[in-house]
Amino acid sequence: MKPIRRQRLILILLSLAGLGIAVAFALQAFNQNLMYFFSTSDVIAGKAPANADFRLGGMVVKGSLERPGADLLVRFKLSDLSKEVTVEYTGILPDLFREGQGIVAKGRLDGRGVFVAQEVLAKHDENYMPPEVASTLKKPVQP
Amino acid sequence: MAFFPASWTRFFHQTASPPYFYALASKLSPWLGGICLALLAAGLYGGLYLAPPDYQQGDSYRIIYVHVPAAWMSLFVYVLMAVMGGIALIWRMKLAEVMLISSAPIGAGFTFIALVTGSLWGKPMWGAWWVWDARLTSELILLFLYLGVISLYGAIEDKRNAARAVSILALVGVVNIPIIHYSVEWWNTLHQGPTVTKLDKPSIHISMLTPLLLMALAFKFYYALAVLQNAKLELLRRESGAQWVKNLLGAKT
Repeated sequence: MKPIRRQRLILILLSLAGLGIAVAFALQAFNQNLMYFFSTSDVIAGKAPANADFRLGGMVVKGSLERPGADLLVRFKLSDLSKEVTVEYTGILPDLFREGQGIVAKGRLDGRGVFVAQEVLAKHDENYMPPEVASTLKKPVQP
Repeated sequence: MAFFPASWTRFFHQTASPPYFYALASKLSPWLGGICLALLAAGLYGGLYLAPPDYQQGDSYRIIYVHVPAAWMSLFVYVLMAVMGGIALIWRMKLAEVMLISSAPIGAGFTFIALVTGSLWGKPMWGAWWVWDARLTSELILLFLYLGVISLYGAIEDKRNAARAVSILALVGVVNIPIIHYSVEWWNTLHQGPTVTKLDKPSIHISMLTPLLLMALAFKFYYALAVLQNAKLELLRRESGAQWVKNLLGAKT
């Protein structure tokens, strides 16, 4: 390798390393803003904004889904396997919404500590398998 | 300091000479096209017909057979572009410049397909066409990087200078690639985590995985075919005054 080429190679590698470090620091600084949702533990710990909209993500707790009235109001609990938050939502739930499934809800906390959602998105997991395999694994199949 | 044995260097110099490369590309193209079509047929038949429906998503998950290979290729092509950019900057190799700029529209196409199919998949499954989570946003930035490479190259008259500018842009943009890949692990995202590239065990049933890998391979061959076609055209454009182009055109007319 000729010296001039080696210099160019070193220059490129050094600039890339510098750029990488700069971006890593920037992402570190914006870490909270890059989170698409808060977990239920964050909410219980008071890390979520009090009087503003935010997104809350978690698993729908099994057996917690109820429809108190005749309208579209649904109430369920979300959990991240340690803390639980009650969510209320009026509207049509996405197809993948079911107990045991991960969802992301957008809304805000009211005075009772209940999360009132305006929008509910289902989060599907990274597992793909035929229904027969799923039932032998005793995974949560459609209720 | 010798990095490579002399025979390698000779091989590189030979392959990188425009007339040799042009002839090689013409010879390879029908093979690449044939293999790509065969893989595509096998992958689509396996994915759309043989593979069972998913336990949660039913038949809707089958868009994975286009979405995931396109998304993989969008990253793969970009990394390749950055490597070509590095070679072009260090060795001032004309063919590397040509390969870089020939890859850009194809990579942009793959990125666009990944974004559109992801959107079509997101609506029925998540309940939203688009969300600004880390994975989707970084993939959108990748599309803009591709478009930036294409327009920067087009904006500069002198193509050697244009290629140098584009190489730097391609190299700078490469920091986005690990961000896209790890976005689903570093941050909470609506997009789910990796399925196939997990080290422990892929969380997709083998009957669904096989067609996916076939499709991914088909996309690779399509890229190879498309990039060689683009590169041939770009070489003719750049070398239009050269003797080998005159001989080639003279032989055909």
